[in-house]
Amino acid sequence: MAENEDVVAAIVGIEPGSTLSETVAGRADIMALTQQTHDAALTPENPGGLSHAERAALALRIAKINDQKAFEDHFEALLEKAGVPESAARMADIWFDGGSDMRTRALIRHVDLVAHSPKDATRHDIERLREAGIGDADIVRLSELVAFVSYQIRVAVGLQLMRGLA
Amino acid sequence: MSKTVHEFTTDIPQWKPYVAPVNLADATAEQLEALKITPSNTKVSDYVLVLAHDVETLKHRSPLFNGVMYNRGGLSRAERELGAVGASMVNRCIYCAAVHANRYNQLTKETDVIAAIFADGVDAQIEPRLKAILNFAVKLSKCPSDATVDDMAALVTAGLSKDEILDLILSTALFGWANRLMHTLGEPVEE
Repeated sequence: MAENEDVVAAIVGIEPGSTLSETVAGRADIMALTQQTHDAALTPENPGGLSHAERAALALRIAKINDQKAFEDHFEALLEKAGVPESAARMADIWFDGGSDMRTRALIRHVDLVAHSPKDATRHDIERLREAGIGDADIVRLSELVAFVSYQIRVAVGLQLMRGLA
Repeated sequence: MSKTVHEFTTDIPQWKPYVAPVNLADATAEQLEALKITPSNTKVSDYVLVLAHDVETLKHRSPLFNGVMYNRGGLSRAERELGAVGASMVNRCIYCAAVHANRYNQLTKETDVIAAIFADGVDAQIEPRLKAILNFAVKLSKCPSDATVDDMAALVTAGLSKDEILDLILSTALFGWANRLMHTLGEPVEE
């Protein structure tokens, strides 16, 4: 990924010189940190037990759950860049529940739950991840991925609505 | 014996993690750096020690969080807290709602607004500006987002400047992130 790419700016379509661009420039530090966290969540130097391909596939899934086509395209491109092992790519299929692989099933189930209705999550949901062999550090990595992408999508949705302001 | 808190409150509960926090004695240099541990500052919450399992995101999260909630200009600190409360109610993060409702009350030196919001949600009888802010925060926090052009227009009508609206988007979205960690990786308990 290009060093200075700003995923939110590209997706929202913030035109240089526009009123929105001026407003967003007032929080340039936040936008830069948002991009840095994106890179840390999607393409970390130490991915632990969640590969770059799996992260991109799960992020693509989150974009679908949020009905955000532009984010779907973005994460699909990341997925292709990661080399798309078949097993990881299938995780992005919203009708796929993981099949017979316990770990994949657990990852998908948790991502769907936390992206769509975090209010329903309980201690039991973390236990299910553990039962599927997912350790504490990877549980946190997975949670940060879902939580961050949910944030980034909401920033973009808000800015898109701002574009319509005079 | 501690028990889990299930109802919205401004009494800040304890947060009990479901996963083991990083043990400071075993922390890597990178983790210590992200945790801002120094010989004179060794106090870190269990929450941040849990997040230290993913040090690459934690490193950016802390400055981002502080910037969104406390940086200068734009939306008042209290109204940013209201964005956080709206998100936390949608996601039913009792802990985040308590901390940020409590902070709203401290900043505004009143308790009526939060009491009304905890009782009636978006139907709370509060002044129009606060109502527009809460309504937008709640709708943006749904999945998918429910926020519309009309909700955005209502913010302008309620007197928010563009800078203020941007800060509201950021503080609300930030809690879409924070709630998904705090509420899923642990639970609020009281003694």
